[in-house]
Parts: sequence; C-alpha cells; structure tokens
Amino acid sequence: MDRAADIPMGSVRVKSMHPQKFAMWLFIISVLMIFISLSSAYIVKKAEGDWLIFKFPEFFKVTSLVIVISSVTMHLAYLAAKKNNLLLLRIYLGTTGLLAVGFLIGQILSWNELVTQDVFFVGNVAGSFIYIFTGLHGLHLVGGIIFLGVVLINAFRYKVHSKSLAQIEICATYWHFLGGLWLYLYLFLLLNN
Amino acid sequence: MSVADITVEEHLAHDDHEHHEQSFISKYLFTTDHKMIAKQFLLSGIFWAIIGGGLSIIFRLQLGFPDMQLEWLRPILGKWITEGGKLDSEFYLALVTMHGTIMVFFVLTAGLSGTFSNFLIPLQIGARDMASGFMNMLSFWMFVVASIIMFISLFIETGPAAGGWTVYPPLSALPQAIQGSGLGMTMWLVAMVFFIASQLLGGINYITTVINLRTEGMSFSRLPLTIWAFFITAVIGLLSFPVLFAAALLLVFDRSFGTSFYLSEIYINGEALPNVGGSPILYQHLFWFLGHPEVYIVILPALGITSEVISTNSRKPIFGYKAMIGSIMAIAFLSFVVWAHHMFVTGMNPFLGSIFMFLTLIIAVPSAVKAFNYITTLWKGNIVFTPAMLFSIGMVSFFISGGLTGLFLGNSAVDITLHDTYFVVAHFHLVMGSAAFFGMLAGIYHWFPKMYGRMLDNRLGYIHFWLSFVGIYLVFFPLHYIGIAGFPRRYYSFTSFDAFSTFGDLNAFVSIAAIITFGAQFIFIFNFFYSIYRGRKASQNPWKSNTLEWTTPVNPGHGNWPGAIPTVYRWPYDYSKPGAPDDFIPQHIPYSQTPESNLEYEKELAKNEEASKVNEE
Repeated sequence: MDRAADIPMGSVRVKSMHPQKFAMWLFIISVLMIFISLSSAYIVKKAEGDWLIFKFPEFFKVTSLVIVISSVTMHLAYLAAKKNNLLLLRIYLGTTGLLAVGFLIGQILSWNELVTQDVFFVGNVAGSFIYIFTGLHGLHLVGGIIFLGVVLINAFRYKVHSKSLAQIEICATYWHFLGGLWLYLYLFLLLNN
Repeated sequence: MSVADITVEEHLAHDDHEHHEQSFISKYLFTTDHKMIAKQFLLSGIFWAIIGGGLSIIFRLQLGFPDMQLEWLRPILGKWITEGGKLDSEFYLALVTMHGTIMVFFVLTAGLSGTFSNFLIPLQIGARDMASGFMNMLSFWMFVVASIIMFISLFIETGPAAGGWTVYPPLSALPQAIQGSGLGMTMWLVAMVFFIASQLLGGINYITTVINLRTEGMSFSRLPLTIWAFFITAVIGLLSFPVLFAAALLLVFDRSFGTSFYLSEIYINGEALPNVGGSPILYQHLFWFLGHPEVYIVILPALGITSEVISTNSRKPIFGYKAMIGSIMAIAFLSFVVWAHHMFVTGMNPFLGSIFMFLTLIIAVPSAVKAFNYITTLWKGNIVFTPAMLFSIGMVSFFISGGLTGLFLGNSAVDITLHDTYFVVAHFHLVMGSAAFFGMLAGIYHWFPKMYGRMLDNRLGYIHFWLSFVGIYLVFFPLHYIGIAGFPRRYYSFTSFDAFSTFGDLNAFVSIAAIITFGAQFIFIFNFFYSIYRGRKASQNPWKSNTLEWTTPVNPGHGNWPGAIPTVYRWPYDYSKPGAPDDFIPQHIPYSQTPESNLEYEKELAKNEEASKVNEE
C-alpha cells in the first residue's frame, strides 16, 4: 500500500511534492519577482536624486506586530488541524482572519499618517512608491484572506483534519510568505527612506 | 468528529477507463484536457498570425510603394485612409506597434509555448494531464480575454496603441502625444495584464507537471529536449513576466492617476505638465528585464522542437544531448543579465555598457553550441526530408544567419550607429521572428498526426516551405543594407529623405517578396484545415519516433493512455543503434528486450530490469 500514501494523479505516483503545494511555491516566486523589480526600481530612482524626505509612518510598527501574530495563529491553526482539534482550528483560523483585517485597517491608518505630512500617491516618487508597495502587498493579502475564508469554510465542513492537510498547508505557506514579505518591505522602506 | 471526511484522497484518482460523454461546451470550450487546450491555443495563434501578418503587409505597401493609391483599402481601414487615398501616418505607427505586439506575445509566446508545452509535456513525460487542468483552462481563457481586448482596440476611433511594441513612456504615457496613446494604449495595458496572468498560470502548470508528474523511469537525463526547452522557457517566463507586470503597473498609474514614475519636466504646447522627478529610463530597465528574456521565451521552444525533429528525421541520436541541455540553461541564465544592450544609446555609462556588451557576446557561445550540434546531428544521417524536417533545417539556417548579425549589434560601439535602423529589424526578424515561426511550423507538421489523427499533405508542405524559406530571405536580407545605410525603423516614409531615395526599388522588391511570403502561408492554412477533415489517416507512429506520445492510440482520449502509462527505460534518441533490427528503439522498450544492441553498461541495466520485475511479482 505504499503507492496509496502518495497523492494519486491519474495512476502516476507523484515524484517529489504535492503538485499544488509546488505550484504555490512557484506562485510565490512570481509574486516575489514583482516586489524585487519594484525594489530595484526604487533604489535606482532614489540614486537619481530629487527624493522627498518625510517621516516614516510609526504605525507600520503596530501593523508589523499584527501580521507576525497572525502568522503565529495561522501556525497554531495548522497544529490544531494536525491534532484533529477542530474547535481550536476554527478559532485560530478566525483569529488569523480578524488579525489580517486589522492589519489592512492599520495600513490605511498609516496612509493617513502620510497624508497628514502632505505625502500623497500623486506627487514625489518617494511617496508614490510607499503607496505602491503597501497597496500591492495589501492586495495580495486580500487574496490570502479569501483563501483563508475557503479553508475556514472547509474547516466547518469537517474537511480540514490530520488526514487532509494539503489545503491548510498551502494556505499557511502563502500566509507566512505574506508576513515575511511585509517585514522585508518594512525594513527595506525604513532603511532606504 | 464522526462525520469528518476521512477518506484519503484516493477518490481523487480519476478512473480513466470509464468513458463519459461530454457536452460540446465542456469538450471544446471550457475543456480541461491539455490536448484540447493546446489546439485552442494553436487555432488562436493562427488567427492572430493572420492578423499580425496582414498588418505588416499594409505597412509594407506604404514602404514599398509610397505613391500607391490605397483607396481600395477603405472598406477595411475606413478613415485611416486619408482623403488623398494614402495611409494615415499615425495609423502607420499603430500598425507597426500592433504587428510587433501581436507577433511577439500573441503568436510566438502564447501560440508557440501555449500549443506545444500544453500538447507535448504530458504526452512526452507520460502523464495523464497537466498538474492542474483547471488552471490550464483558466490560462487559456485569460488569454482569450486579453485577445478580445487587444482585438477590439484595433477598431476604436483613436486607433490602437501606437508607441511601438515596447510602449516607451513618455510617448505612451501622454494621451496628448499621439492618438494611439489614448484609449488604445489603455486597452493595450489591460490586455497585457490578462496576458501576463495567462502566461504565469500556464508556466506554473508546465513547471509543476514536468517536475512532479513524470512517469516511472523518466529521469531528467531521459527527458526529450523538447521538454527541457519548454521547462526552461516556463522558468524564464515565471521570473520575467512579473517584472513586465510591475513596469506596466507603474505606467498605468502614470497614465491614469497622475503619478510621476516615468514622467519628468515635460512641456506640451508650451505648458508644463505637473509631473516631476520621474525617469523614462527606469521604464526601459524594467521593460527590457522582461523584454530580453522574452526573446528566449520565443526561441527556446522552437529550438526544442527542432532538436526533436532533426534527430528523428536524421535517424541519428541528437549530437551532444547534455551540451544541448547545458546550452539551454546557459542561454536562460544569460538572458537575465544582458537587458541593457537594448539601451546602449540611452546615455548609459560606457563602462557599464562594456560589461553588458561582454555578457551579451557570451550568448554566442551556447548559441553556437546549439547550431554546431544541429549540423553534426544532420551530418551523415539518413535524412528523411519531411516538411517538418525542412522547416527545422530552415529554422537552423535563420538562427545562424540572424544570430551572426547579433554579434555586430551586441557591440556597443557598432550598435550606437545601427541602433533603431532596419539592420536591427532584419536581425531580430531572422533570428527570433522567422526562426521561431519555422520552429512552430515544424512542430505543427510533425505533431499534426498526433493532434488530429490525420496527416498533412506533404506536397503542399514542400511548396509552403520553399516559398516561405526563399521569401523570408528575400524580405529580410535586403533590409540589412537599408539599415547599414542608416534608415531608421518605424518611419512612415522613405521618400522624404534624398539619402534614401535610392532604396526605393529595393523597398518595392522587399514588399513584393513579403506579399508572396504572406500569400504562401494560406497554402498552409488550407492544408491545415483541409487535412483535419480530409487528410490521409495517420498511423500510430508515422515518423518512427522514440518518444512516448507515439505509444498512445492514434486519437488519444482523455487520460492519453487507455491502459497503464508506459514505463521509460532509455533516453529518447536511440536511433540507428548498431545491432538493432530497426533504426529506432522507443523509450518504453526495456534493455532486456534488446540484447543485440545493448552496450556494456546497458547489459548491466538489463539485468537489474529483470531483477526488479521479479521483485514486483
């Protein structure tokens, strides 16, 4: 019964990895390429001068903390699923989702901090870039929240448990990636401001 | 907990023996079968190729016959024909822009990779289908959305995008600049976003399938070179298309929201625009970081197809299998570090330019390895001149003659003179345009029997080949001279400059050759559609080829193999092996069945095969 343990795709054994998990990693690479290219554009643009100096929003510290906590609760949800503790699974998934919404609200509050300094999306490129980075990251997070919602619905339908972990694992991978991506963006923008 | 669904994913295993009738919509439109999706990409590619080629004929008429009355085109072009019966000069720019966009992205990227990656990857690695049929379907329909938007943009009042296929700002960013930078440009950008999404969905699928779904025994060192090429192509696409997305995104914000990423201190009619602090060069860096890998996205699948076709029809193993893989990888790696050779004239630091020049010229090495290996594979082979083989040889010819001029253009000192002249046009139309196009045609001629269960007509194939091959050289060879003379590309009229009026006859000649070449493609299109219904019935393995797709039934159903998927025992190039009764040994034949042709180390492998069989029972 060795073969049944693998994921059957047709009757071929999967060689190395769950194909959907692998596809998620590839998707992450392509998202990463967007942010890498924007980062390099940022560096090149900054080196050309004509760069507005402004106070870096303090509120980003709070949102960074929120997204890190949401990664922790996501991992706790995964552990709960592994132990078939469905109640905790649902609670942790729900908490993760709420934290994510909180993060997005926090990002908008941070934008307010920029606006009070007269740094708008339209204007000096230094400001526009911050909006682009946070906005694009936020959009990807919205996608993550939708994915999380799907996992949560499946958790209520008893479809997420120790024998069916693939979906929550893929979701967790994406979630941790978005958290890590934000921390990178935070540091990048802080150090290059 | 008692209701928890604990059936392990076994039920996911699709029972392929079971036949279920599909409705027209799920079979031909929203299909998840990789073979049907491949055909969908092929047919859309042909559709776009006719449009893209047709546009080029219209502007070739203007270039070759500047005094010609084009009143007869009014039914198609409407007000783009001026009162005097001439082609509108802004529409000329739109024509070259759309010709480039359509050919590079919609025909040679989606039409080529989309068709053959989808069709051949599962068939040649021994998989039932792609890793995700749904994502594959989504990829095609994203492409359809992109196509529809791009197609509609051809008919809007202000005309389609007209800033060149590279859509450099500030020209493309300011609707005041030219009509084409208005709604047409917006539609171009929206279409490209869908196109990028389509390519990424497809690419993720190709990579996942190649890595995860190979059949028993299909190690990476036994993969056909087609699969290697498609695989690396998908990797390049995955890394470069997101960068185009970033570039396009910033351009969208500059155009529609008033940001200044690419715009700075611009005066239009004496009035200053509010934008300050942007840099148009930034766009060029981002664009060419995609743009250069893109030309390899176009050419690598064609090289892969050519490897397969040349080896099969030379009845010889491909020369330097590992060198072929190595050169594909080297080209893929180098493609990411040479982008600035498109920008030698942007005022870049000459020292930086010399670094990019050095890296660019290194590409000649893996390219030469490939050309050498094709020729040595042909050398002393029992060559079978099928139409596919002729197109493959033609592809190698274009790849070499177009590649040679790349050596000139890669040198920054020479490029500064030749930049944006017809020399560049001649170079990339040969090495990337025509070569990739011939690779695609070779693929269609070679795998048509597998796609439709019938053969294409050979005689029409030969006529199609010779007219195209000679025609393409007649079109693009003279353009080198026009380019060396200094005539810039994308200019509406030759005749306004005395220096170039001597090239009038040559231009007329080029235009006539272009019309003949374009006309010859309709022979192919007739052959294609006629043979789908009336062609000679194909046998299971018409080219006596080794790869796995020829072990499927003539018309493979959903799931490709009716029984178990064959196991692979050997590499795909065992042609004319000494001692073997036939001149080919397909990949699924074990060494234990071919004792007469086994080499020493293969005899050892044969023993292990038998041992493992005993173990299984």
